[in-house]
Amino acid sequence: MPRYLPYLLLLPATVFLIIFFLYPFTQVAIESVTSNGEWSLANFQKATSHWKFGEAFKNTMLLAALVVPIQLVMSLTMATVVQKLQKGRSAILYIFAIPLGISDLAAGLIWLSIFEQSGFLNSMLVGLGLIEQPILYLSYQSPWIILFAIVLAEVWRATAIMMVIIVAGLGLIPREYGEAAEVFGATRWQRFYKVTLPMLRPSLQTALILRVILAFEVFAVVIALGGTQMPVLMSETFNWQFNLQDRGVAAAYAMVILAVSVLFTLIILRALHVPKEART
Amino acid sequence: MSDTATVAPSVRKAGRWVFVSGIVLLCVWTLLPIYLLMVNALSTPEEVNGFPKSFIPSFDLSSLRFFLEFEGVLNALWNSIRVAVVTMILSIGFGAPAGYALSRFDFPGKEVFRFLVVMTRAFPLPLLALPLAVMFLRVGLDDSVLGLALVHTTLALPFAVLITYSLFSGIPFELEEAAFTLGCTRFQAFRKVVLPLAAPGIAASAVFAFVISWNEVFAAAVLTIKNRTLTAFLMQSLDWSPLHLKFAGAAALVLPALIFIFAVRKYLFAMWGIANR
Amino acid sequence: MTSFKTFLGAVSGLALTFGAVSAQAEVLFWSTQAQPVEETQKMRDEVVAGFEPGVDYQAPETGPWLTRAQAELSAGSGAVGILGGLHGDLTAVRGGLSDLGDIDISAIPADLAAFGKLETDQQKYIPWMQATFLMVANKKALDYLPEGADLNALSYDQLIEWSRAMAEGEGSPKFGFPAGPKGLKHRFFQGFLLPSYSGSTVTEFRSAEAEEAWGKFRDLWQYTNPASTNYNFMQEQLVNDEVWLTFDHIARISEAFNSRPDDFVAFPVPSGPKGRGFMTVVAGMGVPETAPDKDEAKALIEYMLKPETQIATLRATNFYPVVAVDLPEDVPASVKASGPAIEAMTSAEDALPVLLPMGMGDLNGQFNQVYVDTFEQIVLAGRDIRPTLEQQAEALRALMNQAEAPCWLPDAPSQGACPVN
Repeated sequence: MPRYLPYLLLLPATVFLIIFFLYPFTQVAIESVTSNGEWSLANFQKATSHWKFGEAFKNTMLLAALVVPIQLVMSLTMATVVQKLQKGRSAILYIFAIPLGISDLAAGLIWLSIFEQSGFLNSMLVGLGLIEQPILYLSYQSPWIILFAIVLAEVWRATAIMMVIIVAGLGLIPREYGEAAEVFGATRWQRFYKVTLPMLRPSLQTALILRVILAFEVFAVVIALGGTQMPVLMSETFNWQFNLQDRGVAAAYAMVILAVSVLFTLIILRALHVPKEART
Repeated sequence: MSDTATVAPSVRKAGRWVFVSGIVLLCVWTLLPIYLLMVNALSTPEEVNGFPKSFIPSFDLSSLRFFLEFEGVLNALWNSIRVAVVTMILSIGFGAPAGYALSRFDFPGKEVFRFLVVMTRAFPLPLLALPLAVMFLRVGLDDSVLGLALVHTTLALPFAVLITYSLFSGIPFELEEAAFTLGCTRFQAFRKVVLPLAAPGIAASAVFAFVISWNEVFAAAVLTIKNRTLTAFLMQSLDWSPLHLKFAGAAALVLPALIFIFAVRKYLFAMWGIANR
Repeated sequence: MTSFKTFLGAVSGLALTFGAVSAQAEVLFWSTQAQPVEETQKMRDEVVAGFEPGVDYQAPETGPWLTRAQAELSAGSGAVGILGGLHGDLTAVRGGLSDLGDIDISAIPADLAAFGKLETDQQKYIPWMQATFLMVANKKALDYLPEGADLNALSYDQLIEWSRAMAEGEGSPKFGFPAGPKGLKHRFFQGFLLPSYSGSTVTEFRSAEAEEAWGKFRDLWQYTNPASTNYNFMQEQLVNDEVWLTFDHIARISEAFNSRPDDFVAFPVPSGPKGRGFMTVVAGMGVPETAPDKDEAKALIEYMLKPETQIATLRATNFYPVVAVDLPEDVPASVKASGPAIEAMTSAEDALPVLLPMGMGDLNGQFNQVYVDTFEQIVLAGRDIRPTLEQQAEALRALMNQAEAPCWLPDAPSQGACPVN
């Protein structure tokens, strides 16, 4: 087979990304390391020395650290549960996949209507007679409840994408593998842990990388539920770009997001390395 | 299934019960927020602002009607569909060959390519929108369906590449090799052996592309004027609108997406055919 | 296999098929104002509809608005005919606005028109409409009004007392403040609280009087609904009864009056030792250098300044005219409520008008941020007032020096950059 075949296959995507991503990206990247027309790290200094930077960074990491593991477990559960189903499989799968179609803006709106003081949660609790007065959940005095609400909303909104990738991956694992393990007396858990998970590695890798990267760009849901009390890297990027109108600092923030994403992508690639034999 | 044969019937029954209630719980978890959105969208403004809220809508259509009668909403819907379909085609057309190459070959620059692809999702689009808009204005792609679809493709392409990569990785290469020994060319082997197996997954990543494009608002707001998409049309002013219209607008946006996913659910999950072969 | 060449070919082919928009006669009015869908719709149907040969009124969020404006200016060509926005929005693109000196603006008061020069010797934008901020109370809140307090001559101390009584009487705080991400909190500190106590926005930023003002606000905050950090438009919380008493921009409380006209009252902002500080905000219309047809855009601006268009704009947006008009009887409930309150506020004996930040240019947003940061540190994070003011005064001084902006009212005129004492 011709040696240039892989390159030929990569060419369209490469050319496309060079024009529509690399070219504009380079301009923004240059903006982040120049100030008044000279090379300088002033933008990064300005970004990191602002008192909100640390908090935004911490919140972003914390959210990702809380949300992604929950989503991983949930999506694996959903996918395996669906696989076990005899009847109604496609209906259940459709239901599980529904949040795929919900934009983050709409998701923020929905969860705000649940958690706000005159929202559905309080309506239910008052209706059941569990509380007398509506409780204030999203208060700046209780950042942990805000965090909890954001985690719930993010888990709800973005688990489906991992689930669908994992479902697709599960579908490719030949049945014989599990049956063989069964013959050798493996328990259900052993089969999942020793056969399914390793076979699922490529899909897990993909699902985790995509999800982690998107988690670092979490924005609309956080703004809706956390207001000004939960600055994240992306909201600060917006703030510097459009409110404070300092494109250099905004670009610096974006570079930070990129750097963190690249770092975690490397970690995931290494941790879930797909050995060559898995591909043959 | 014979795997539970060694387990006592009572345990088996209990397990069954946990299993079913687990599924019910997951369904409620997924559907309840959507249901609440619909309740709000189908209530009168007074009910939306009132407390305590009813969990059963009064089926007041006035808020929804406001959007349906909004001038140009059908046009925006049509634009959204066109942009999303072009995005779907472009991202699979560019992404699937790359995913195949990544899964089947070892070659210098492979890791670099994967990074470039991942990077595109790791950088905030709203900052890229400015240089992209300048470029489009100069080239004449401004305010066109294709221009916006190209931007949305940069968002969807990483998904397409990575998902198809993991799909192809999961299909044993021996299958193709077997086809070679039977006299197939590489392309024939791909078309007759790999593609049928991967097609459902490819369809799934196409659905992603569609949904990503459907929900993207920032680039759509910057790059379209006459050809507004439904999202740019409804969503960007929602934050500033009274509550009942916020919910009606969100519902008007969510509904077509749900219908779309419903319509393509067969493709999205047809891979079950493989598992049960 | 697709190659670069055929790809480009496909692009141009598709571009034709999908029809990139060609020159149109309609004027594109790209505006940050009237963003709520209903207001946008009214702007189209009732305000600009009368202009021949037609107007495409678009009201995106500030982010897309600014991005497109900047993109068109740096591409050197574009579709936008008129850029509409607040003083601060237009400041951000002032380098690309053309001179509108040939439009007759004699009907606009000279001091208002002067804002539109944006510190140049050209008329960069034409004032379009103006607004201010008011207090609103649910009528249920009036039961708690402190004895002897007059709604039209309220003091900050009485406001605190009122909010305390309400919080204690109702069991939860009923005063609300727009401290959310889109809330206009910075205006309250710049234009209302600080001037009322220190008679200054900039110069006396770290004075003992300013310290007192922040202390008062901290007192008030005890009786403020803690969800306020999520509040952007107080009309929402007024309508759903989460809040009974609040302060906000008149366009952001209009929905309360229009949906429940009998339940709310509007009244002037409170006063402090130095007077009743209040700020008026101005929206304007500019024509970018890249406008497809500048003459038509200018004709649209002239149309927007006609008294009948200005009244229609008031109905649509709750922003008041910039030219003298006779208001008809049948204005919306929100206008009926806000009109007398504004009149009472501006004509009060202790009225202390505060101007919008002037001469800050690109630093406008960062200037606002100083006040927001001060608020978040003192009130939300609970840091000590004195050291916070010292530290933020440094930031403020650096900004003033960088912008070389002279003082504006109520600060005393300065030679060179406005000092921070």
